[in-house]
Amino acid sequence: MTALTDDELWSAIGDPSRRQVLDLVVSNGEVSASWLAGRVPFSRQAVSKHLVVLERTGLISRRKAGREVLYQVKADRLDQAVRAMAELAAQWDRRLATIKLLAEAAHTRNTRESRGHHDQSPDRNA
Amino acid sequence: MPGLVIDREVLIEAPVEVVWRTITEPDQMSQWFADRVDLVIEPGAHGYLNFGDQGGPVVVEVVDPPTRFSFRWNHARGEEPVPGNSMLVEFTLTPEGPERTRLRVVESGHELRDWPAAEQQRYADEHRDGWGEYLDRLAVVVAKRQSG
Repeated sequence: MTALTDDELWSAIGDPSRRQVLDLVVSNGEVSASWLAGRVPFSRQAVSKHLVVLERTGLISRRKAGREVLYQVKADRLDQAVRAMAELAAQWDRRLATIKLLAEAAHTRNTRESRGHHDQSPDRNA
Repeated sequence: MPGLVIDREVLIEAPVEVVWRTITEPDQMSQWFADRVDLVIEPGAHGYLNFGDQGGPVVVEVVDPPTRFSFRWNHARGEEPVPGNSMLVEFTLTPEGPERTRLRVVESGHELRDWPAAEQQRYADEHRDGWGEYLDRLAVVVAKRQSG
């Protein structure tokens, strides 16, 4: 009923440590798990777990380069996330705009009615 | 685990009571929200929202006229909505004069209940501006790298 199709995606980027890992991958191109582990305040095991989640969500992909595994961000998936987010926000903007119209129309109606009670002669110039 | 936070607001040229009625009366709700609204506006009330051929249950949380109204939705049918399985929608109405109201809506999910307090605070601090900004920033970095 809403654009809430990407629960796993939101959870994946909801964790601050995981976001730290994602940020490092985004801003450094292709990186390895041990390179990442040297730049975050948590264990190599935690880094590996975060990489698994990010990869499962499709935000990053990996390739083997010799004995190393390198990770990089998947731009299309990120774009998709940005669009889904924007759509959800736009949906609320549309609802708020409609609420504004309804409330302002109701207010104008109320004001006119209460004026009508006090003043029986309609003002044709209004 | 925390997830999505959407935070939007609008300034309305009408008294707070009028805005309150617009967002809480079911026949009004059906004009800006669902096609059909079966809901009693009482804390804990269970209702149903119809969107065309789709729909879903909704549970009212806070009813504090004329300033606060919240409900949970997007939980599986038959489940009791609690933090973790549903989205929380919170409306806050702030009078900014006799005929002007600021209406804010925050939709959030995956509450921080399992998190240590320090992490919760850090998360809240980081997310004053919502997810849009974080994702936008990431997208900009990615786009820059691709073109460069």
